Amino acid sequence: MSQYLVLIYEDESAYANGGQELWEAVGKEHSVFAENVGAAMAGGNALQPTSTATSIRKDDSGNVTVTDAPFAETKEALGGYYLLEAADLDEAIELAKQVPARFGGVEVRPIMAM
Amino acid sequence: MPNRAEVAAAVAQAHRREWAFVLAATVRLTRNLDLAEECVQDAYARALIDWERQGVPTNPGAWLTTVSHRRGLDLMRREMTLRRSLPLLVEDDESADTAELALDAMEAAHAIHDDRLRLICTCCHPALAQESQIALTLRLVCGITTAEVARAFLISESTMAARITRAKKKIAIARIPYRVPSARELPERLDAICSVIHLLFTTGHTAPTGESLVRTDLVDRSIQLARMMRVLAPDNPGVMGLLALILLTDSRRDARVGVDRRLVTLAKQDRSQWDRAAIDEGIALVRRALPHTDRYTLQAAIAAVHAEAPSWEETDWREITGLYELLLRIWPSPVVYLNHAVAVGLADGPAKGLTLLDALASEPALAAYGYFEASRAYFLVDLGRVDEAKSAYESALLLTENAVEREFLESRLEGLPL
Repeated sequence: MSQYLVLIYEDESAYANGGQELWEAVGKEHSVFAENVGAAMAGGNALQPTSTATSIRKDDSGNVTVTDAPFAETKEALGGYYLLEAADLDEAIELAKQVPARFGGVEVRPIMAM
Repeated sequence: MPNRAEVAAAVAQAHRREWAFVLAATVRLTRNLDLAEECVQDAYARALIDWERQGVPTNPGAWLTTVSHRRGLDLMRREMTLRRSLPLLVEDDESADTAELALDAMEAAHAIHDDRLRLICTCCHPALAQESQIALTLRLVCGITTAEVARAFLISESTMAARITRAKKKIAIARIPYRVPSARELPERLDAICSVIHLLFTTGHTAPTGESLVRTDLVDRSIQLARMMRVLAPDNPGVMGLLALILLTDSRRDARVGVDRRLVTLAKQDRSQWDRAAIDEGIALVRRALPHTDRYTLQAAIAAVHAEAPSWEETDWREITGLYELLLRIWPSPVVYLNHAVAVGLADGPAKGLTLLDALASEPALAAYGYFEASRAYFLVDLGRVDEAKSAYESALLLTENAVEREFLESRLEGLPL
């Protein structure tokens, strides 16, 4: 078994404009997903929007810059993730296909085994 | 005992025919693509020496597999202490069991069959970029050296080597499984394999740049791969259609370039130079595949109409127009619209063809496609609109880098009435 991180990238404005009803509908989709995936689910969280993000960089001489912004400004931003257990990439892709992401898509990355 | 030249020829033939089989069987043992390649290369090198002394074995593939396996076991034992950087390929339990068995009874037909299917499915996995799928297929399934693969795609050897290494790393690290897809997944995976083979063919058929119109090595490899897939997936109509399409299109190879190396269009080709055996095989395959109308089968059916026409003038353009209409339903791409427009023009007159073509003028996908302006020019000449034809040929010339196609367009341009 290996672990894969499924990163959910979606258009944040859709949620900002969608109201409570949308939140509840999407929340339900995620509950259904979690139920379907069962024991393969090793973790996951939703993130607050990128407007709350703070980026920190250190340059070569050790000076630290703190910026009120996400690391990269993109139309579709990282909004949540799941950590999933799967035998191989095919299995991980099958699970990831079921992750709700109606305003974008997901990226699957293998976790580095230490 | 055979002499050196005979041995070299036998090894070269075994390389062409058996590489995929030997590599696939070795990967199952080593579960590491790099290690398996090393073993197979060693086995072929050994063959050059041993076959000269012992004679060419009756079953070269089995001989090479045994030698490659032995080398694999040897290296794996050594590597127990010297762990490789890449993790082992992921296999299903079944294949791990049969790996033992295959050592004893290599001729177990289904094991061989599954080995090669596993290998090509891994090379053409949808999680790999298509350019990587193509590179891996040529390198691992066809056994072409990285330098040759790079030359075929006109990129530097170091770029190609990096591409292949990156793809192999992804297979190992992201755990792209090395296994035969389930019956449910198989059709989709066969589609991916077919599009890699088709792209190899089209790249070889009209080399996008360079001096030679056809890069026969790529065309021959695509035919070889399509034939292999016919064996591995005998009932898949898409594979039948693909092989038919390649055979029928390639049957015109000798007639496409004149003695002066110039491109000869379908209209002017000497049809007695067409390869009748390839045409017969292609048409039989189309007939078998035809109730299914996937894109390869329909394109093959169009090629079959051309193949059966005694001359350009006697071509059944209405039949071709109808087939393009069916094709547009499942594959509404700008290039298919373009070909449909040309067929309509030939069936119903240049004015109708030109109207349909001009309706495609704003299509961004055709903006860089030389055939679009060349087709417009063809109908404009027929309609006596010479000035417009001239500028259309000039636009087409700006868009092709193939020397033979350029010469053709230039000669058409020069041949325009003043």
